Amino acid sequence: MEVKNILIVGVGGQGTLLASKLMGKCFLQQGFDVKVSEVHGMSQRGGSVVTYVRYGEKVYSPVIEKGEADIIISFEQLESARWLPWLKKDGVLISSTQEIDPMPVIMGKAEYPENILGKIEDKGVKLVCIDALEKALEAGTAKCANIVLLGAAARFLGTDRDMWLEIIKSTVPPKTVETNLKAFDLGFNG
Amino acid sequence: MNKVLMLGNEAVARGLWEAGVNVISSYPGTPSTEITEFAAKYDDMYSEWAPNEKVAFEVAFGASMGGARSFCAMKHVGLNVAADPLYTASYIGATGGMVCAVADDPGMHSSQNEQDSRHHAIASKTPMLEPSDSAECRDFAVMAYELSERFGTPFLLRLSTRVSHARSIVELGERKDVPVKEYKKDVMARVMMPAMARPAHERVEKRLAEMTEFANKEAVELGINTVEMNNTEIGIICSGASYTYAHEAMGENASYLKIGMVNPLPTTLIEDFASKVDKVIVIEELDPIIEMQCIRLGVKVTGKEKFSVLGEFSHKTVEEALTDTEKEFLSLDEDIPARPPVLCAGCPHRGLYYALKGMGLYVSGDIGCYTLGAQAPLAMMDSCVCMGASVSGLHGYNLARGEEAAEKSVAVIGDSTFIHSGITGIIDIAYNKGFSTVIVLDNSITGMTGHQNNPANGLTIKNDPTVSVDLEALAKAVGFENVRVVDPFDIEGTKAAVREELSKKAPSLIISRRPCALLKTVRHAAPVRINSDKCIGCKACLNVGCPALSFTKRENGKPLALIDNTQCVGCGVCASACKFGAIEKGE
Repeated sequence: MEVKNILIVGVGGQGTLLASKLMGKCFLQQGFDVKVSEVHGMSQRGGSVVTYVRYGEKVYSPVIEKGEADIIISFEQLESARWLPWLKKDGVLISSTQEIDPMPVIMGKAEYPENILGKIEDKGVKLVCIDALEKALEAGTAKCANIVLLGAAARFLGTDRDMWLEIIKSTVPPKTVETNLKAFDLGFNG
Repeated sequence: MNKVLMLGNEAVARGLWEAGVNVISSYPGTPSTEITEFAAKYDDMYSEWAPNEKVAFEVAFGASMGGARSFCAMKHVGLNVAADPLYTASYIGATGGMVCAVADDPGMHSSQNEQDSRHHAIASKTPMLEPSDSAECRDFAVMAYELSERFGTPFLLRLSTRVSHARSIVELGERKDVPVKEYKKDVMARVMMPAMARPAHERVEKRLAEMTEFANKEAVELGINTVEMNNTEIGIICSGASYTYAHEAMGENASYLKIGMVNPLPTTLIEDFASKVDKVIVIEELDPIIEMQCIRLGVKVTGKEKFSVLGEFSHKTVEEALTDTEKEFLSLDEDIPARPPVLCAGCPHRGLYYALKGMGLYVSGDIGCYTLGAQAPLAMMDSCVCMGASVSGLHGYNLARGEEAAEKSVAVIGDSTFIHSGITGIIDIAYNKGFSTVIVLDNSITGMTGHQNNPANGLTIKNDPTVSVDLEALAKAVGFENVRVVDPFDIEGTKAAVREELSKKAPSLIISRRPCALLKTVRHAAPVRINSDKCIGCKACLNVGCPALSFTKRENGKPLALIDNTQCVGCGVCASACKFGAIEKGE
């Protein structure tokens, strides 16, 4: 099987690492070779962050380059725009509708582009928009927006829902299991 | 099933455990930190955070002389701090197996320089292994202990960001119990005075020759150095993450000599491989270490002329250099604003910097989260060199520019960095009658590397209570008579304290004390609220540079401050910036 590439992008602190960790576990259980490359350290402090998830028969490089991602899961609109060039032709972009102003915008040195997702759709990109923050709040806390997005992505990965639920149960802290399962389903059921 | 997905760093920790390691001492540093964090989860290994890398290395080496298998970890610049013991430890050699992991950061994801730690291996004549994925992180860690004891030398284990922070599959083994060796006094071997060090140097050179032989033959049998013959038109010599990029890009269109032991390099193996291929390409991140060795051997190679000494590679680097593959991609015809990292909402450093703003100060900076205060809009840093340099560097700056400069300059240094190497700096200031003012940003944690305890916060690596360094008493003990504590959220109080200390013709230490906003033990206030009747839209509050504070438009088009309630933790620093009282406490 050809190696599949998933890019998870967002803003440091949004929980991209947990999403990639859960994905990695899922593909491992299905018997694939897996590599997940993460960013720790400085960019975790509110910077633009990216995690690469790759799986297939044998994976060498831990990173994904422009034009290679089968799926991009984006936690924030501006990050969807930033990482769009990484999407493969015919790839799927799953984007949260959340907007977080970066410091240059806050300071008035740059403008947050308008209607990003509309412009992306106009490019003919297969786009799935989801208000992950609202659904996360519905599940119980803004912190589980990452699991809502994971649920939304799971529909495109052809993996059994029960398998995801088991992986979430065995990974997240016991106290947060219920909220996270609810968040997953809110994303999964769109 | 004993196959699990592990971070490279986690796999190194697993390897330590399986190898029967007993003593671990490290100082955190991205991308090496998680090795020791994971190691601390095994209860049958002793682990600790040391005040700095030199101490960590010496603890590990002391344990090796004491007969135990030992370990220390650090980032590339940390090995500079530990270089002193490394070079002489190489002469003395290991008794119990010893490994020092050093993690390079090509591309500088979270570092102040891009140095190549292989230079230290060569210069200290210490063997160095370099894994390319998590499975090898475990395997090489285990093998390094056998080899360390067999050859009687500490080993370096070189990692890089894409190996340390990538998860891949690891097959787990069991822990081997390795008893602590019996102690035998050996002055000739362990007391490095000139008479003993001269024969020791001879032993080191002999050992290097033996290890080169090992690299050529046995290292191949053990799977440390590997040869994969495919298409022989191109032969690629590489190591670590570069191997994964090369193989991804070239597949079976090239043959590979993958070097797992990067010092000493396998001379005859390189010559033999080169003789079997038409063209030899060396792919290595950072400096041309393998390439130079090839040149010395008279092997013609293509290396740095095609592969930069700058930054991190990927498979695209290899594709662009060696193939004509081009991938199509989309992009928006938009300017996409950058998103640099920022101080978190509620960060105590913001209050301190905001208090200093407008005082016209020279700010001698240091390494940590607070380095982010160098960026606009706070822009409160003039220099940042290395751990501890803020303090000693400020002393030098003031010597150059005189007493007046000392009234207009401060050093800012975090609690963990101060313990690491700021203390010697304040001793220098006091001892030499300087007037400098040093501010310790005490947030009760080592922040940037992801929350590690340190000697100033009263908790061990396992979160057990312990003594904590009394910073006030310490400063007094070294000769600072003026020592005071401020709350960085009290902007006016902080300003007044800084002004007063700067005016004194004596050294001062100000401790800006408030815990990191991300600590679980910190209780947050409700988000602040904007009183829209009072907000005139002047945007003065934006000068605090808080990610939770931006502006929106009123119905009449005029600007109005906006609080992001998901981020705001109610610290109130922005309220200090509002002259109109428009930012109010939340409920």
